[in-house]
Amino acid sequence: MTSSSGSVLLVLLLLVPVAGALVVAFLRDNARLAKQTALLFSLGEFVLAMLAWFAYEPGAEARLQLHFSVDWIPAFGVHLSFGVDGIALVMIAIIALLVPLLIGASWVDKLPEGRSAGGFLALILVEQALTIGVFAATDVFVFYVLFELMLVPMYFLIGSYGGARRQYAAVKFFLYSFLGGLIMLASAIGCYVMAAEELGQGTFDWPTLVQVVSDAPLTNQIWLFLGFFLAFAVKAPLVPLHTWLPDAAAESPIVVTVLLVGILDKVGTFGFLRYLLPMFPDASKTLTPLVLVLAVAGVLYGALLATGQRDMKRFIAYVSIAHFGFIALGIFAFSSQSQVGSVSYMVNHSIATGMLILVIGMVIARGGSTQIADYGGMFAVTPLLGGMLLLAGLTTLSLPGTNSFISEFLVLIGSYPREPVYTILATIGMIMAALYVLWFYQRVMHGPVRGNALLGAMSGPGAVADPETATGRRALPDLDGREKAVLIPLVVLIIGIGFYPKPVLDVITPSVEKTMESVQLSDPVEGN
Amino acid sequence: MAQLLTLVQPAKEALPAINYSAIMPVLIVLGAACIGVLFEAFLPRHQRWGWQVGLTLVAIAAAGVALATYVTDAPAEGEVTLASALAVDRPALFLWGTLLALSVGAVLLIADRSVEPGGALVANAAIRPGTVQDREQRLGATPHRTEAVRFQMQTEVFPLMLFSLGGMMIFCAANDLLTMFIALEVLSLPLYLMAGLARRRRLLSQEAAVKYFLLGAFASAFFLYGLALLYGYAGSVRLSDISNAAAGTDRSDTLLFGGFGLLVVGLLFKGSVGPFHTWTPDVYQGAPTPVTAFMAACTKVAAFGGILRVLAVGFESTNWEWRGVLWAIAVISMVIGAVLGLTQTDIKRMIAYSSIAHAGFLLIGAVVLTPDGLSSTLFYLLTYGFTTLATFGVISLVRDADGEATHLSQWAGLAKRSPLVAAVFAFLLLALAGLPLTSGFIGKFVVFSAAFAEGMEVLVVIALVASAVAAFFYLRVIVLMYFSEPATDGPTVTVPGAFTTAAITLGVLVTLLLGIAPAFALDWANAGNFALR
Repeated sequence: MTSSSGSVLLVLLLLVPVAGALVVAFLRDNARLAKQTALLFSLGEFVLAMLAWFAYEPGAEARLQLHFSVDWIPAFGVHLSFGVDGIALVMIAIIALLVPLLIGASWVDKLPEGRSAGGFLALILVEQALTIGVFAATDVFVFYVLFELMLVPMYFLIGSYGGARRQYAAVKFFLYSFLGGLIMLASAIGCYVMAAEELGQGTFDWPTLVQVVSDAPLTNQIWLFLGFFLAFAVKAPLVPLHTWLPDAAAESPIVVTVLLVGILDKVGTFGFLRYLLPMFPDASKTLTPLVLVLAVAGVLYGALLATGQRDMKRFIAYVSIAHFGFIALGIFAFSSQSQVGSVSYMVNHSIATGMLILVIGMVIARGGSTQIADYGGMFAVTPLLGGMLLLAGLTTLSLPGTNSFISEFLVLIGSYPREPVYTILATIGMIMAALYVLWFYQRVMHGPVRGNALLGAMSGPGAVADPETATGRRALPDLDGREKAVLIPLVVLIIGIGFYPKPVLDVITPSVEKTMESVQLSDPVEGN
Repeated sequence: MAQLLTLVQPAKEALPAINYSAIMPVLIVLGAACIGVLFEAFLPRHQRWGWQVGLTLVAIAAAGVALATYVTDAPAEGEVTLASALAVDRPALFLWGTLLALSVGAVLLIADRSVEPGGALVANAAIRPGTVQDREQRLGATPHRTEAVRFQMQTEVFPLMLFSLGGMMIFCAANDLLTMFIALEVLSLPLYLMAGLARRRRLLSQEAAVKYFLLGAFASAFFLYGLALLYGYAGSVRLSDISNAAAGTDRSDTLLFGGFGLLVVGLLFKGSVGPFHTWTPDVYQGAPTPVTAFMAACTKVAAFGGILRVLAVGFESTNWEWRGVLWAIAVISMVIGAVLGLTQTDIKRMIAYSSIAHAGFLLIGAVVLTPDGLSSTLFYLLTYGFTTLATFGVISLVRDADGEATHLSQWAGLAKRSPLVAAVFAFLLLALAGLPLTSGFIGKFVVFSAAFAEGMEVLVVIALVASAVAAFFYLRVIVLMYFSEPATDGPTVTVPGAFTTAAITLGVLVTLLLGIAPAFALDWANAGNFALR
């Protein structure tokens, strides 16, 4: 059950990054000290997350653990209440893991003129606190507040530190999510009003709302469902609401892209599981075809466009759109296998895509260009980097033995009994994944050394580049110690979870089963 | 006829009972305004500023104390006094408190002489634009004149402001339409004058004043015509009598709804609700920025205070006949504000369109007509007033050689030169956009949930979409300030003196406080309903 020490743990998880951000913001004049402080706070946060991981009891009766609650606006039944279930816990753990790595990855990044590392890292830490809050919130009002607030640091991260079209990308990102969020607010108010009519006193408490709203008539449920769905579909993003992601991902600095694709977007799929299915079970079942069409369209469309991308960061964005299609498919296939698959996919996608983006960032840092055509044959010069890109690519295409495989496999095998057509269509996406990943890898790493960026970096434009010469090697060094330190934890997780996923699945499974119960559907095929 | 006679000549034998403690705040404000006029007449020119500012602030503070004293033991159901001309009930007290608090900030902005030498108001309203005197009072170059003319301010603005404030307070509490009309004029006439007092860009300012006056006169005429029709219908100008008359008679509906329509046009004009908004951008842009702050914050509060009372007390029983029309007007106002705001290049005009969009949101709250609708609209007014006040305070700080730099392109890269001002302004814009942890969000939330509970889901969704559209132009300013390179000959940010700093700080703190801990203010707004007598 909920222990007070567990509650303290969750409060600390929420407050430590904020405190870190405040301290770092005051260290704007001393970039080095700011980076060290930020790293220290993020490592502390990681330790807290591990403590929370072990304090959580997957088999316990209570779904929400480490729970705490304080009155905020009594007139509207709003409480600052937080708690985690298995699904939220794995997401929080992955955030806590990624942020120190991101700080390490951005250690030597050159920031735009007039911007300080302190400001950058403070925004990252604030974003971390807000996303953890979003996953941990158990009050719909608080969830909404954090959901919208989450946009502000990200908006400044893209707009202040991004590439050439950063203004456009930042505003587009903000407006898409803000509009989606506002429509969700209308639905949240609808649920509140429904609770007020039913109970006499309105509330935003999530467990209470689940009870009240899930019994509502189908038409009401469908309208409220659509409000929430729109916000989550923008966030996740599902085709056709995805157009902000390629722009935002392409214009952000590398570590912000990781944050955006690896963590922020998961709020959408998390919202499907936490809010849509339990609160609107009838509507979820009725509207399943709609979601599945969008999901499979995303899988195929993302795969197709990823194949055709010329820009590395846009490539990542479309790869992710394809993966989010898979996650949505697994959630709305309504079997515990497919949902466990989806949740573990959320985790594994953060690890796999996070690694892919970071490695691509290291490639870009060497060549200074984001165009794929500017590179070629890098493997000859930087074999270690090439190997890392291969590993990241293989886990992205879900090779057995890597972490993503188990998730994708569970999604497909769990979805097939109920939704064979959609599952078969989605499998085509899996085949295409092999195409776009390997082709990308091949163009960048293999063949003779070529491409303007690479040649330019090695020996100045126009000159003959020879990977065998010492100057060429010095101009294009392989991974250094810092980069290795950033990638090693991810490599360990990719292979570790790939071979032994049990610790993650054990945490997820009971919460997914509770979600399935709330939809009142049993597994189509009884398995073990 | 007999009724008319009794109206014109109240019974001589019995004077109406007056509850002085209830109306003390209004008396203090209007009394101080009269004293201020005497100051103008008798004090030497160079002493007036100090005395006027002191008097105004003391008067507002005293009115606030009187209000606080009365509130502690005021009857919960309200009190009707002055021969039922004024209804001093909980909503009226809340609005009075809001108006007084907002006008403290407005006075500080108007009185400031540090941002612009001598203040944002003209030295002498009679100076014609383009003349030598005009250049002198602008630039402070005084080859012919004595030192005394330099950097002076037309100090009549302080009593004018107090009169206007008094009018607003009466307007919110007026229990019959005639009182309301008088209050409307008392609050409007000083505003017309104040709009024309800008020290710089005199022509624009005077144009704004004339425009405001002419259109305002039309709106007053509409109000008066509506009043006349309603008197013909109900035989009384009291709101409760109109309500009773409408509740079950076979009298002519034409008179009732004709009168109601005209009356509401007059009210919506004052609240700058689209499509009766056409004066707003011009006047907001032309008027001296501190006066714009006063107008935008306080007039909105007073106008919607009046609208709320008229709708709830006078026309609640017939609301099914007219609510569709007001729904449509709310939608029009939100759309006009949000869409036309996108095309603006002047920051004051942009905020003006934002205020039109906000008027649409407020109108949704006013149409709800439940206790929740009332309290949420009151709360929204409070939050909107303080945010707007601070917004115009910040706008007055960004200046170049020609005065305020209001063109949006001039704001590019502001965050690099003055991070604090840019951060404050970005916060205020996000509050106007309704982002969580600002008062703007809580305001929108309470209004929309009250509307949702009354079955206005469609209206709420339209309002939320309009908020998202409006968010675009707020964001555009943030993009300019933070993500653009500063122009080489861009404006500078004046370091504000104590007065402006205090006003902006007040607005920002309230915006933040009501965003984080709104419970206490919600309780105040929720304290009671209108006195239905």
